[in-house]
Amino acid sequence: MDTTCVPIMELRQVTKTFGRGTAEMHALRGVDLVIQSGEFVAVMGPSGSGKSTCMNILGCLDTPTTGNYLFQGVSLGSLSRDQRAILRRHYLGFVFQGFNLLNRTTALENVELPLIYRGDAAEVRHQRAQEALATVGLSGWEHHTPGELSGGQQQRVAIARAIVTQPAVLLADEPTGNLDTARSQEVMDILTRLNREHGITIVMVTHEPDMAAYARLTIHFRDGLVVPEHEIKHEGGA
Amino acid sequence: MFWNALLLAMREIRRNVLRSFLTILGIVIGVAAVIVMVTLGGGATMQVTQQIASLGSNLLMITSGKRMGPGQNVGAAPFSVNDAVALARDIPQLVAVAPMASRSMTVVYGNANWSTQITGSTNDFFKARNWAPSSGRLFTDSELRAGATACVIGQTVRQKLFGNQDPIGARIRLQKITCEVLGLLEPKGQSAMGSDQDDLVIIPLRAFQRRIAGNQDVNMLQVSVRESASTTRAQAEIERLMRERRHLAENEEADFNVMDMKEITKMLTSTTQVLTALLGAVAAVSLLVGGIGIMNIMLVSVTERTREIGIRLAIGALEREVLLQFLVEAAVLSSFGGMVGIVLALAASMGLASVLNVPFVFNASIVAIAFAFSALVGLVFGYFPAKKAARLDPIEALRYE
Repeated sequence: MDTTCVPIMELRQVTKTFGRGTAEMHALRGVDLVIQSGEFVAVMGPSGSGKSTCMNILGCLDTPTTGNYLFQGVSLGSLSRDQRAILRRHYLGFVFQGFNLLNRTTALENVELPLIYRGDAAEVRHQRAQEALATVGLSGWEHHTPGELSGGQQQRVAIARAIVTQPAVLLADEPTGNLDTARSQEVMDILTRLNREHGITIVMVTHEPDMAAYARLTIHFRDGLVVPEHEIKHEGGA
Repeated sequence: MFWNALLLAMREIRRNVLRSFLTILGIVIGVAAVIVMVTLGGGATMQVTQQIASLGSNLLMITSGKRMGPGQNVGAAPFSVNDAVALARDIPQLVAVAPMASRSMTVVYGNANWSTQITGSTNDFFKARNWAPSSGRLFTDSELRAGATACVIGQTVRQKLFGNQDPIGARIRLQKITCEVLGLLEPKGQSAMGSDQDDLVIIPLRAFQRRIAGNQDVNMLQVSVRESASTTRAQAEIERLMRERRHLAENEEADFNVMDMKEITKMLTSTTQVLTALLGAVAAVSLLVGGIGIMNIMLVSVTERTREIGIRLAIGALEREVLLQFLVEAAVLSSFGGMVGIVLALAASMGLASVLNVPFVFNASIVAIAFAFSALVGLVFGYFPAKKAARLDPIEALRYE
């Protein structure tokens, strides 16, 4: 089989249940999902539809209750907490709605943090971090702390931190949720460019159809399931 | 991995100066307290040892009476001058044998008066105590034989009666008799028991017996043993001779005491050492409390830093890397606190030593122990919060507000 045809991420009948007994809550009820390498996917759906849980599982922050998660064709069913952490540091990048930068820490230090955990030498770290900051258009802002940067700039530092490890997949959880339209567009332009020019697969959760429009594929969640495409069209008419 | 943890820990400490300062405050105080206590205690011990050495560690004191406790000698005949003569003649190890009789009295000069200890003795008193006059002279043999009304005084008496005047040749009054001051003794300072050794007037024993006491009694014999000779053996010899002279039967309890200054030295130094250990222990408790302080602040800081830990875990930090970072942070903070404590303690004990009039004795081992202990405290008390941080669920931690 040609390796390019193996989907980078695949969920097979994944369920996730929180709590026990009467408090039991089914966040995912059997999700099948295939994301091809180089794809730009937008994930939409109302609150409580299971999209965040799905993102956590895709990001190896959480494990499915039942079902199987295959990353580049390999089942991750039995990975330990530390093994998942190592997978995250080599293949995955995260961008959050709230930026989640370390405050009182310079942009450069924030960006090089994943490289420290990976054990790269200081010179390599500085060079890569500077390159990543240049990619998001923040050359010259290396020594500013998050408090001295605007929201848009902070999110760009967060993107730089996510891509500094040259991950295969970038997982973005409402990356424009705290930004105004102009800043949102800047961030989306960067994500689009990373997807096209660097070939990074992007999975992005968003509430805004405008942002979802940047993606080539949109997946809708409802009640812990992926909504089939024909039903979406039906919904859009309603 | 360790260097990475150290790098991350140092960044964290630098980023939160106030929090770091509060964390180490307890350790700083604990370490400083331990070192100050032990240093001052060591100084006090040394001072006691020095004072006793200045008294003469080869000094034996023979007092009459059964020992009923310190200073309580009850129901026995006093000594006589002949006892002193016999001791000096029969025991070759003795350098000097000074018979002594004392009484507390007021001395008057002009319109100044001062209550002090008047001791009748011989020149052997000065020899036994290794004490020379700083000006004037001691008694002559004829003065001693005749019981001349002359005296040698200590520095305190001179200061109280004469101020800064020269006392030599002046005549002071002791009750009904008037004495010429022949000599002024060198200052000896405080004794180990805290009494002023310079507060005394010495007159010839014969003058004391005839004109003050009105009897031939000798209350005490002070004996100094030759440096090369064994004090213990000299003590046994004295006991044997005195028993013979006082006609005591084999099985009869002795009605006199021979005290060795070495024994007193040992007793006093062990007392100060016990006190030092006690104070050090109290201070060690404060060091422990400092460690608990570190644990408290670290626990609070784990909660406060939940989000930060979530970020670290999400971008791929391993559980043990977070654990190590927190542990290193605690160890670096507490050993830094230890260092600050050491500097503070050395400054404080130097200051206190001069205020309390105790010599400053630098004790390198307690400084090393306190430092090692402070680092250990950091590790031990940092472990629990570090474990808590490392076990956090990244999803929960990231959602934490």
